[in-house]
Parts: sequence; structure tokens; C-alpha cells
Amino acid sequence: MKINSTKVPVKLYSAVQDQTVRFHILDAKSKMRVKQHMVDPETDKEIPNDEIQKGFEVEPGTFVILDKEELEALEPEASREIEIEQFVPPDEVAPEFYDRPYYLGPDGDQTAYFALAEALHKQEKEGIARWVMRKQPYVGALRAEEDHLVLFTLRNAEEVLSAKDLPKPAGRAPDKKELSMAKQLVELLKGEFDPKDFKDEYRERVMEFVEKKAKGRKPKLRLVKSKRKAASLDKVLSKSIEALKKKVA
Amino acid sequence: MPRKKRTTKSRSHDGGNGRGARPFWSGTLTFGLVSVPVDLYPGNRTNRAPLRMLGPKGEPLARRYYSEQTGRDLSDEDMVRGYELDKDKYVVVTDEELERLAPEQSRDIDLRRFVDLQSIPPLYFDRSYFLAPSEGSEKAYKLLSETMQKSDLAGIATFVMRGKEYLVAIFPENGILRAETMRFADEIRSPKQVGLPEKKKLPAATVRKFETLIRKNSDKHLALKELKDEKTAALLKLVEKKRKQHKDIVEVEVPERDEGKVIDLMEVLKKSLAGKRKAA
Repeated sequence: MKINSTKVPVKLYSAVQDQTVRFHILDAKSKMRVKQHMVDPETDKEIPNDEIQKGFEVEPGTFVILDKEELEALEPEASREIEIEQFVPPDEVAPEFYDRPYYLGPDGDQTAYFALAEALHKQEKEGIARWVMRKQPYVGALRAEEDHLVLFTLRNAEEVLSAKDLPKPAGRAPDKKELSMAKQLVELLKGEFDPKDFKDEYRERVMEFVEKKAKGRKPKLRLVKSKRKAASLDKVLSKSIEALKKKVA
Repeated sequence: MPRKKRTTKSRSHDGGNGRGARPFWSGTLTFGLVSVPVDLYPGNRTNRAPLRMLGPKGEPLARRYYSEQTGRDLSDEDMVRGYELDKDKYVVVTDEELERLAPEQSRDIDLRRFVDLQSIPPLYFDRSYFLAPSEGSEKAYKLLSETMQKSDLAGIATFVMRGKEYLVAIFPENGILRAETMRFADEIRSPKQVGLPEKKKLPAATVRKFETLIRKNSDKHLALKELKDEKTAALLKLVEKKRKQHKDIVEVEVPERDEGKVIDLMEVLKKSLAGKRKAA
């Protein structure tokens, strides 16, 4: 990693491990995994990989073909450097820009690594970085998370829709009484963000179900429906506040 | 010959490419006993310049699933979803079963806690969505977004959508509620799990040296040029150049594609927020 001429040697590690229950697509008859191929939808004929071309559709039905050499020429030069371009206050990068996080680990010099992390904390800044990974150019945010450095890939501006370009929702503005009750309600639910308080219970239910089914049991599943009552907004608000206050008391 | 329906069984996000005017999902946002019916729209779009796979004559190709045993293409009805127990041993799980595994209550986005948005480490943020009021809920929607805006808080909830449970942070931006899906705690590895060394005592001078370096290279604002997609821009430039030179251009007759019309996501959202969404 490079900041001006100062180098901090680092290694990259994925910071996430997806825990989503993974399903495979199976052939209903053979219960075997299916394969994918490209076909001409008009003739249903398979087109082998070496005959496939890539094209950009400029108008419906009109493609500009780009060959392998042209596409390769668009690839950035391979580089092992992560270049820090600037440092900005952390709230400059809105949540919707963060994509994937990677831990950086020291590659040799541990002092420089931990010193940079501490300096980021003290200055309350995050770095904006550029690097090339798997033939793709990336822009990222370098942050200190506790003692360690984390590098986030950022989405580019075209990939993020901004609420600033949208009109405010239509409808009548809430009145003062409703606003003050809603505020009370939100205050009662105010707390710290502790990710450990939230579990993926659905994932556990799916896994439990899969295991039972694997043993040949047919677990019963009921579709539970709840009825919602329509009441006026301020009535519902005051009821909610009462209920929460009782819980706290 | 009629064009076969493209077979897609993947449960993944549609990439937010804004196809179709329908909301991605419709559900209910609740806080306390107040319920606010909402429509969810993707807030990210990926890959603005997708390349199509074409055959030798320039004909657009389709991706199909096929059975290795019979060599035959499979349609949606010929395929099921399976969880791999052992190598090549699967338990079949149906859409209906997945649906029934989610109790009605779990499908509501129930804002159970309100927190300071800045206190959520970005490590958790995954994808972004917009929530728009669905018919009749404008007032409660406005009440919630205004209250959150004033107190500068984000609401945290879990809910089940399309066969997956999501942890979300909901916060207002310009009067509109944004939903940022988040990773669950066990989806983030700790530095220890990754095998990173622990911090040792540091010479104060080295820290100071880096602080100076940070100060010298600091700006108040993020330079917007940083967030430009230069690779896509270069690709589009090349495409335009070749088009002007009439080089490597193929024209094919494309059948009417019902899913082919790319509808601008921004337009859909604008309509939806203005309360003029057409019945889907």
C-alpha cells in the first residue's frame, strides 16, 4: 500500500463469510445437478465457447462486436499496489457505496501497519484507495476497525441511485400531535447497535427442516396468518407507547 | 418458432438493473403497533454496459440449463431446488416449503430498535434499497421518516424476503426511506479468525509520522472523480468509435422481448413516490 512515497506492506483477506443456505438446481427426474450452456434460442442449438462473440447492443438488434484483444486492451495493467489518493472525514462516504470489505494484514512490517490504523483513528479519517484486483480497477475506502485496517470496495457513482434525485413522497404531512407521539415511541425503542442481538432465525428453521426431511420425516408446516386491524394513527401510536412503557416498567 | 422463456431458477438478486416497473418486493414496515405498507425497489444497479453473448453470425444467445445425462434442455418445471447433504446426495426443498417456513410475522420489517446510524460499522452494509409508501400508507410513512430524520436515527429490523432472512437498517434521506441490508454478526470474520496478529506497543513517533501524512493528504470532501466508472467509460468510447467507423456491426432481427424493455428505475421510483404507481 502506498501513501505518497510511504509504503506499508499488506496482504488482503476476505472479511465476510456468507452463511446463506445454499441450494443447487437439480434435474427433477434424476435429482442430479444441472449444467448450463449457451444456445441459439431460435434453433435451440448449442454454441460452443470458442464460437461465442461478445457484443454491445447500441440499438435493439444492433450490436458492436468487441473481440478478445479489444476487451483485453480495456483491462487495467496488473499491479500489486494499493494507492491512497486522499483522506476524507468518514461520513463523506454514504452507506450505500460500501460494497465488500477485506481485512488488510501486515506483510512484514507490523509497526507501520498498526501505526497507520492508530493514526486513522486519531485523525478520524478514512482513506480513498485505488487498486487493481482480478483484472478489475477498484476504488475503495480504507478504514481502521478497532486495531486493524479494513479496505472496502466502493460502488461507483453510476451504480448508486441517490435519494436527492427523487421527489419527496406525496401525501399530507403528519400533525404535531402525531409527530410528538411518534418521537416518544422511537425514543422508547432507542438503543445501541449490537449485531449479536439479531440472529438469522429463518436460516436455522430451513436447516432444521432440511435435516428432518433428510431423515425421511415429513415435518408439518402451517401457514400462520395474522389479522391486522385498521385503526386511526394516533390511537395506534398511543397504544404502542402504553405497551412499551409497561414492558419497561 | 416461439421464443422459449428464459429459465432462471436462481434466487439471487436481479442485480437491480431496473427491469420492469414492479416493485422488487411488497411488505409491511411496522414500528410499535403502527404498520406501514411499503414497496421495495433496488437502490443499486450494476454494470451499466453489459455485453451480450452472440453466436458466430451475431445472433443473441440464451443461457439454458440442461441435463448432463440426457443432454436435453430443461425448462423451469423440469428443475427443483436441492440442498447437498453429501456428495451428489440432495434433499429437495420446494418454494412452498420455504414460504411456509417463514411465519407471517417474520415477513414484516418490524423496527425493533432505533440506533445512531453513524454507530453501525460499514462492515455490515451489503445492498441498498428504497422503500416507497404503497397506496394508503403515505401518512404513516411520512410520520416515520420525519420522526427518524429529526432524531437522526436508523431503525433496525430483521425480515424474511424471497427465501432469505435479512437484517436491515432503515434510515431517511431526503424524506425517503432507504433500507440497507446488512450482514449478520456470524457473517463477518474477526481479525482473529482471519489470523491477523494483535497490536503491539507502537513507537509514538511512527504514529505521529502517519498522522502528519494523513493531515497532509486530507480533503474535506470526497473527490467525485474517484467514483467514476472509467472502465465502462472506456468501453463505451470504443463502442462509439467502432460504430462511427461501421466496423464489426451486426444487425439481427430480435423478437419482441417482453422483458427486454429496460425501464429506468429512477422513473419508476419517481412515479411510485408521487403516488401514481400503475397497478402491476
